[in-house]
Amino acid sequence: MEQQTPQPITESKIVGVPTPRIDGPLKTTGTAMYSSDHHFPGLVYAWPVTATIASGTISGIDSSSAEKMPGVLAIYTHKNIGPLYRTPPSAGFSMILDERRPPLEDEIVRYYGQYVAVAIAHTVEQARAAAEAVKVTYNKTPHDTSDKLLDTPTIAGKLKEVTKRGDTAAALAGAAYKHDAVYSTPTETHNPIELHASVAVYKDGKFTLYETSQAVVNHRDVMAAMLGVPPENVQVITRFLGSGFGGKLWPWPHALLAAASARNLNRPVKLVVGRSMMFQSVGHRPAIDQRVQLAADKSGKLLAIQHDYVNHTSMLDDYDEGCAESTGFMYSCPNVLATSGLVRRNVGTPTSMRGPGAVPGLYALESAMDELATKLNIDPVQLRLLNEPEKDESTGQPFSSRHLKECLTVGAEKFGWAKRNPAVGSMKDAEGRTLGWGVAACTWIATRTDAEVNVELRQDGAARVACGTQDIGTGTYTAVAQMVAHETGLPLQRIDVVIGDSGLPPGPISGGSWATASVVPAALQAAQQARKQLLSLSTKTDGCPFKDKSVDELEFVDGVVRIKGQSSGGVPFAEILKTANVRSVSGTGKSTGLFGDPNQKFSFHSFGAQFAEVTWQPEIARLHVSRVVTVIDAGRMINPRAARNQIEGAVVMGVGMAMLEATEYDHRSGGPINASLADYIVAVNADCPNIDVTFLDYPDFNLNPLGARGVGEIGLAGIAAAITNAVHHATGIRVRNLPVRIEDLLVAPGNKTS
Amino acid sequence: MIDFELTRVGTPDAAVQIAAATPTAQQGATVRFIAGGTNLIDYMKLDVETPQHLVDINRIPDLAKVEKQPDGSLKIGALVRNSDLAQAPEVLAEYPVLSQALLSGASAQLRNKATTSGNLLQRTRCPYFRDLAYAECNKRTPGSGCAAIGGYHRNHAILGVSDQCIATHASDMDVALMVLDAVIHVQGIKGNRTIPIGEFYKLPGTTPHIENALEPGDLITHVTLPALPETKQIYLKLRDRASYEFALASAAIVMQVQGGRLRHVRVAMGGVGTRPWRMPEAEHALEGQAPGEGVFRAAADAALKTARPHTDNAFKIPLAKLCMIRALTTVTNA
Repeated sequence: MEQQTPQPITESKIVGVPTPRIDGPLKTTGTAMYSSDHHFPGLVYAWPVTATIASGTISGIDSSSAEKMPGVLAIYTHKNIGPLYRTPPSAGFSMILDERRPPLEDEIVRYYGQYVAVAIAHTVEQARAAAEAVKVTYNKTPHDTSDKLLDTPTIAGKLKEVTKRGDTAAALAGAAYKHDAVYSTPTETHNPIELHASVAVYKDGKFTLYETSQAVVNHRDVMAAMLGVPPENVQVITRFLGSGFGGKLWPWPHALLAAASARNLNRPVKLVVGRSMMFQSVGHRPAIDQRVQLAADKSGKLLAIQHDYVNHTSMLDDYDEGCAESTGFMYSCPNVLATSGLVRRNVGTPTSMRGPGAVPGLYALESAMDELATKLNIDPVQLRLLNEPEKDESTGQPFSSRHLKECLTVGAEKFGWAKRNPAVGSMKDAEGRTLGWGVAACTWIATRTDAEVNVELRQDGAARVACGTQDIGTGTYTAVAQMVAHETGLPLQRIDVVIGDSGLPPGPISGGSWATASVVPAALQAAQQARKQLLSLSTKTDGCPFKDKSVDELEFVDGVVRIKGQSSGGVPFAEILKTANVRSVSGTGKSTGLFGDPNQKFSFHSFGAQFAEVTWQPEIARLHVSRVVTVIDAGRMINPRAARNQIEGAVVMGVGMAMLEATEYDHRSGGPINASLADYIVAVNADCPNIDVTFLDYPDFNLNPLGARGVGEIGLAGIAAAITNAVHHATGIRVRNLPVRIEDLLVAPGNKTS
Repeated sequence: MIDFELTRVGTPDAAVQIAAATPTAQQGATVRFIAGGTNLIDYMKLDVETPQHLVDINRIPDLAKVEKQPDGSLKIGALVRNSDLAQAPEVLAEYPVLSQALLSGASAQLRNKATTSGNLLQRTRCPYFRDLAYAECNKRTPGSGCAAIGGYHRNHAILGVSDQCIATHASDMDVALMVLDAVIHVQGIKGNRTIPIGEFYKLPGTTPHIENALEPGDLITHVTLPALPETKQIYLKLRDRASYEFALASAAIVMQVQGGRLRHVRVAMGGVGTRPWRMPEAEHALEGQAPGEGVFRAAADAALKTARPHTDNAFKIPLAKLCMIRALTTVTNA
């Protein structure tokens, strides 16, 4: 499709209006059908057997007693699972998955928790009991789950250049003010409340798969390729998701176990991944070491940035976290070098977790900026303002819309930053607790991907909008309805949004914070096409007052067809359809994405500023994040209510990242040892700060006609640095390996090393 | 999970009679009483507890009452739910340390289910105890070893540990009961008896699978708290997150300040011991002294003197000291 110059839409009665979720009542009444809620006659249950070694080969599987247990239908291993194939290389947003080896492909075990068999039985209890009765023996080989990453052998043997300009080494050597430190972040596990699940129905060679997927179209393509059937023989359905945080973007091996079992037994199979397995075989944010070197002159002007990161990946797959994504354009700096390295560990394959790359990357970069500000004795907000670039210095492109300076100044004003005394431990609250105030800037990519949308105007007076995207709980149903409501003038309750089905026109993945922005042009175009068809029908229908008028004389306003500019004499579109005995008119919109387009005219990014306050009680080593002010520049908010919810949730997740979350491996077994929601602790209500969210309203019309970008991830970027910077301000302790723990703060002020 | 039989009983006698069939009332019991089930069912799902027979005691009358006794003591039935006990007027008035401890534990939903006797028998959160994939756990399988030593043990015990087990006792309520000198009333096959809480919990030593003084058939029917003179009380809990989390260190304190001197001092700590940890060394260091930071510090030092940390839980020693000093400071100023 030709790139169209977007016509900015500045006025709307519904876009930009805080709107309750249209799917809210379904969820609050428990009637929304999540994937594992689906049930079918004859459905049986699968429970995987997981490896209890991290490296080696299976020497034997004795399933004889398990097979004789009550209700057991089958035990599948690498010997009898039947054909499962690897995918061809991915292209665009098809054939993407992170763990490319099909489950049970061979007898080799490469990580603790890898599936080695699966038990199928009439009840889930029977399946689990049978799985536990399968006796697997192994020939163990040495494994490595070490979280020491920097300066260990990388896959490529050397660090890969991510971005480069100027002569960083020379600038670092000659600078008067320098900072050099390593920042470490641990393995983090996505813990959506909804467990990963697959309900696989197999009939007449066709698969209907109810999956927990953030990308139903890609999921369909991958499953078809791995099951060895044409894509039209696979339908993937995800009506509702209990969130995913990136963990459900791409298919994981359990989906293949369920589908292959359904095929083998010719009956529906349900597999719900157990919570402990969620820590093993459905991805995680990898452990990362990042060394950041900064150089500046006395005034604070950056002279050099070097950012070298290494993340762990699995034994078979190369997952690159992409921590330096923003290093090249965040600040104005003549000399920049960023490199990446991957190291193999005996862990499950890592995957995207909310804000992949930027979230850990900005933790490192924005911590380093704070440390540099301290060395320079410059206010950390000022240091960032001083280094604001005119353009994207990594590509030379102008920014489509960048208002980071305003984010910082507005945030500083709202937070009361002017009252900050930079001396460590110098500020107290009314109860005598020490206060720490920290700031960090943040950014996240803005883009659009290909999208196709169908809009239908029906004789019953409702509109149906269909797109093969999905709602992971963030409000996509509502945002899509708002777009169509804007274009048709219909109220939200008369718009049926149909998404979460791979059989629909292909839509964007729910990832990268670009689902909404991607759908906008196609949805508007589809509604316009449907309107054209409606007006055309009006001019051709006997008994319709607009018969034989020209389409150009007519308009479609608030659900009514009328002569342009005449408020009387209009006819509701449903009546026209009834008169014509046409059930519906429809239109399809298709838009081509900007993602990966080398000829982009602009550098598209969202920006923000995070201000955090912690209270610190050294007498009991108690740290609490008390207040966060977040200012976000992410274009126009289609639904400010859902958008605010996204930022608030991200801030809470940021408290978890900064202070609580880490997947702990027992390095003797190689397995995650805190693999439960009691032992892997996330923030609870009592840990939540007061959160003040502000959106700067700068529509980005270069991206789409509504000027919308996305807010799913940016709220988590920078927040950990803002918190640890505040911790330093309160305590004098600089924690460079997350999470900040009580024991880190018990030591005498100084630097904690990893 | 394995198959089991469930019997609902209406009298303590019936419960005791069925439970007498178990060869042990400790790890490996073949008969278990079930009340709130908040702990037992978790462990049954994990196959750590594999009873063949569950005896549901929820319908036994009169076990869910909190009653003042003629001698001034408080009788707390085995089935009194944690949330009810925390809000009982007698507890709020005379034993606030117990109310504070209860409310600092678990979540509202769990407290609504969990019972007094169940909390007394709460098992450890040690991840190796919970995970059958690790063969080494002396508490689960006597003689098999201890995976926590040399493994992940950040929240393990530093007091009362042995070379065979460093599992932390997880309860908050029981720490408060330690300073209240609670008495546990048991009906067994040989009749009724009482066990002071100080004698109820066993140190792991060479037998970590034996956690308490209960014998086959024993049913805890109630707990009594002796009458107390007017005292100052506090429960302070330090943990990684602000709610719904086990203690890294907690302190329960009961004391009087008379004529500028500390009297009737009782100190216990949670999160640091292999059982709820009464601290006579601290009490001795405090009794009769004028309150002050130096005295408090000396008490904390004395109490933690025998601590035996491992690599990742050594921070619990300074943390426990902070906890105790802060609790003492707060309660004496109250």
